[in-house]
Amino acid sequence: MREALDQWLFVAAAYAVGIIGTLLLAGWSWLAMRRAEARRDKARGK
Amino acid sequence: MHGFANPARFLRLARWLTAPLLLGGLAISGAALAYGWFAVPPDRLMGETVRILFIHVPTAWLGMGGWTMIAIASLVELVWRHPLAGIAARAAAVPGAVFTAICLVTGSIWGRPAWGTWWVWDGRLTSMLVLLFLYFAYIALAGAAQRDGASNRIPAIFGLVGAINVPIINRSVVWWNSLHQPPSITLGKSAIDPAFLWPLLVAAIGFSLIFGGVMLARMRALLADIQTEARLRRKVLEA
Repeated sequence: MREALDQWLFVAAAYAVGIIGTLLLAGWSWLAMRRAEARRDKARGK
Repeated sequence: MHGFANPARFLRLARWLTAPLLLGGLAISGAALAYGWFAVPPDRLMGETVRILFIHVPTAWLGMGGWTMIAIASLVELVWRHPLAGIAARAAAVPGAVFTAICLVTGSIWGRPAWGTWWVWDGRLTSMLVLLFLYFAYIALAGAAQRDGASNRIPAIFGLVGAINVPIINRSVVWWNSLHQPPSITLGKSAIDPAFLWPLLVAAIGFSLIFGGVMLARMRALLADIQTEARLRRKVLEA
């Protein structure tokens, strides 16, 4: 028997994966950059 | 091009570009995805799930584009010893891996209603999974080379050799029978209706800007780590 699939559930799941993954990537890269530059400035004695 | 071989000059430009690329990319891709969700009509065959196209296809392009960048930067590093090329290659690896993973997961989610299965071991899906494993291997190799102070030649050679997988991914749906559809967009031609094509191209521009912003942020972080290490080493020698 063919199961009934709500297509919107699949669209929502794919959007969630894409949006959350992209936001995590952008946010983590930005924070890692800020932390690395703060460490460099500290080492320079700024 | 060689003008940007100077890290100080590159950093001045990168500081100016990183935030606008990230914010602009998030705004443009967000707008394209919202348009795709609310305004695009359902497809005759795929129904509502056609909207997954606006995430799946740009991330697939950027997954392959990321490795192409690694290969070009590796070649530049090996041949011309450009000081920023190795850093650019390393910076492209993480966003490339993340976009490849998003492409695989969204493709699997799309496969269930479209094909009746989450996964098949066909040419396109398998070569894309191989690309993800190549990214993991490259990230591990480049990280080990930096940590142990080893030469960057091995990750660079690996980046060049791994590029053989990119044309295989591209041609896989032509060479082998596949559940995956053949290419809908080729140079100068598109089989996609304009109602889907335009939001797709806008989403691709948005995700590309995010890729660029993440790459610049990672290059800045890698350069800052190198500068910190050099400064600390100098302090130890002076003490």
